[in-house]
Amino acid sequence: MNLKRLSGIKKTAAYIFLFIGAAAFVYPFIWMLMASLAPEKDIASFALWPTSIGLGSYVQVFEKIPVLRAFLNSMIVSLTVTFFVVVFSSMTGFALTHYEFKGRDAVFYIIIFTMSLPFQLTLIPQYILMVKLGWTDSYLALTVPYFISGLGIIIFRQYFKTIPRDLFDAARIDGCSDLKILFSILLPNAKPAIITVAILTFMGVWNDVLWPIIVIRNENLMTLPQLITLFAVGGKAESQLGVKLASAVLLAVPVVVAYSFFQKYFITSMASSGMKE
Amino acid sequence: MGKKKLTPYLLIAPYIIHFGLFVAFPVVFSLVLVFHRWNIISPMEYVGPGNFIRLLGDTFFWQSVLNTLYFILIHVPLQLLIAISFALILNLPLRMLGVFRAIYFLPVVVSGVVVTILWQQLFGYENGILNRLLTYLTLPRIGWLTDPDIAMPSIAIMATWKNVGLYIILFLTGLQTVPVQLYESADLEGATAWQKFRHITIPMINPTILLVLVLSTIGGFSLFIEPYVMTGGGPLSRTLSSVLYIYKQGFFFYHMGYAATMGVTLTAIILVVVIIQKKYVERNT
Repeated sequence: MNLKRLSGIKKTAAYIFLFIGAAAFVYPFIWMLMASLAPEKDIASFALWPTSIGLGSYVQVFEKIPVLRAFLNSMIVSLTVTFFVVVFSSMTGFALTHYEFKGRDAVFYIIIFTMSLPFQLTLIPQYILMVKLGWTDSYLALTVPYFISGLGIIIFRQYFKTIPRDLFDAARIDGCSDLKILFSILLPNAKPAIITVAILTFMGVWNDVLWPIIVIRNENLMTLPQLITLFAVGGKAESQLGVKLASAVLLAVPVVVAYSFFQKYFITSMASSGMKE
Repeated sequence: MGKKKLTPYLLIAPYIIHFGLFVAFPVVFSLVLVFHRWNIISPMEYVGPGNFIRLLGDTFFWQSVLNTLYFILIHVPLQLLIAISFALILNLPLRMLGVFRAIYFLPVVVSGVVVTILWQQLFGYENGILNRLLTYLTLPRIGWLTDPDIAMPSIAIMATWKNVGLYIILFLTGLQTVPVQLYESADLEGATAWQKFRHITIPMINPTILLVLVLSTIGGFSLFIEPYVMTGGGPLSRTLSSVLYIYKQGFFFYHMGYAATMGVTLTAIILVVVIIQKKYVERNT
């Protein structure tokens, strides 16, 4: 099918289909951007281009909620979690591939089992744990529970399997300690796995709303999506569309910028989140 | 030698500690919670099967389960259909495919909150783009988020728009594993395009279909932020999803035991649905 030439009509039809699809995905974003720049009275009526453009809505967002602080919180939380997930996942994945030890298979099955547990089961008891540990309203609640990722371990395990044992054995003969082998020989050779795990983790934490809403009540510790969500739901936006949409744009921009630079990595990484089977 | 034997255990120690604290303990504790009434502050009170009895009679809970299943019933087939269609076209020898793929994937990376705030405006009754388009076509307006019968389908459409890019990529990956020779020999036997699709493509991408089915179903059971932001569960509780109801019971009323009971029950429901899907897909191929 792939090799056959397509007739001109079929080709045109395919392109039309693809363009309509692309418009359906892009137009709402463009409209949102324009509406966030438009004067409030315009938003309800324009379809593509408002009568005038200004940053008024953005100024209001910055006046009403601590956007920069929330952005900083989100960065701190997402980067911390990403760092620890990469370190701990690679350690566990390394142990599972390069060592024979009692209980290795059991650990592997526990990882698979844990991955298939729906979060609905553990949401309430995890919250209670945060309360009892005194971690609510702190970065601890936003980060530590996410330090381990089953998928991350699986990805590193797959990758380490492809690295020849000789490399490992040779380093050992040279007298390297096992941790040194992992962090200075294996990991620098595992960039694709690191990128995949890092993007998946970062995106997952960056976009999460439910958990922050539950464990953080202090506005100064809120993550950006949480702050924007509560802004949109609560009364602070005062049903001003432009302000609401401007806050949504602010939330989208960092991710869209990152995506436009590393688009290929994003797509392959996030598609590999489906390789659980 | 003893030190060498210890190394793997040291390497997995963080995992084991984390598992014990944040997985094993919560799972076991949720099984304790279901038999208690507790608001975290005052002492736990043992109620036996009380929470389950209450759950059986709680029309809001069952409404929320039905709402969630209704969402899944619209969202999942829609997602499968659109994702396969786009994947089939993106698998053709055309130009600029990378650009299209990147565009379709855009909503996947953007936060659900952004998408929800945006679509709330598109769905607006008076001046939303969708209703303005309908008016332009001299069709009646639709109460996308205000009509009790339509609100959940609207959310399902939005969720499909948000997620379909990921599933397009998954199907595309699946399609690229189908050996070209199969199509060539089918061509020699004079098979139609539909026959090739039904008897070669579908069976060959069966693992992908199952994967997409299971992933989007589990995603459907997680429905929270969309109704939380857009409708608050209304109108008439028709968009009250199960997770939203658990959230309300747990974090508005602090009914920890009861909310945990709903979590356990929902987990059982998810398990049953996913097993049925697996059996169904495996049997039909």
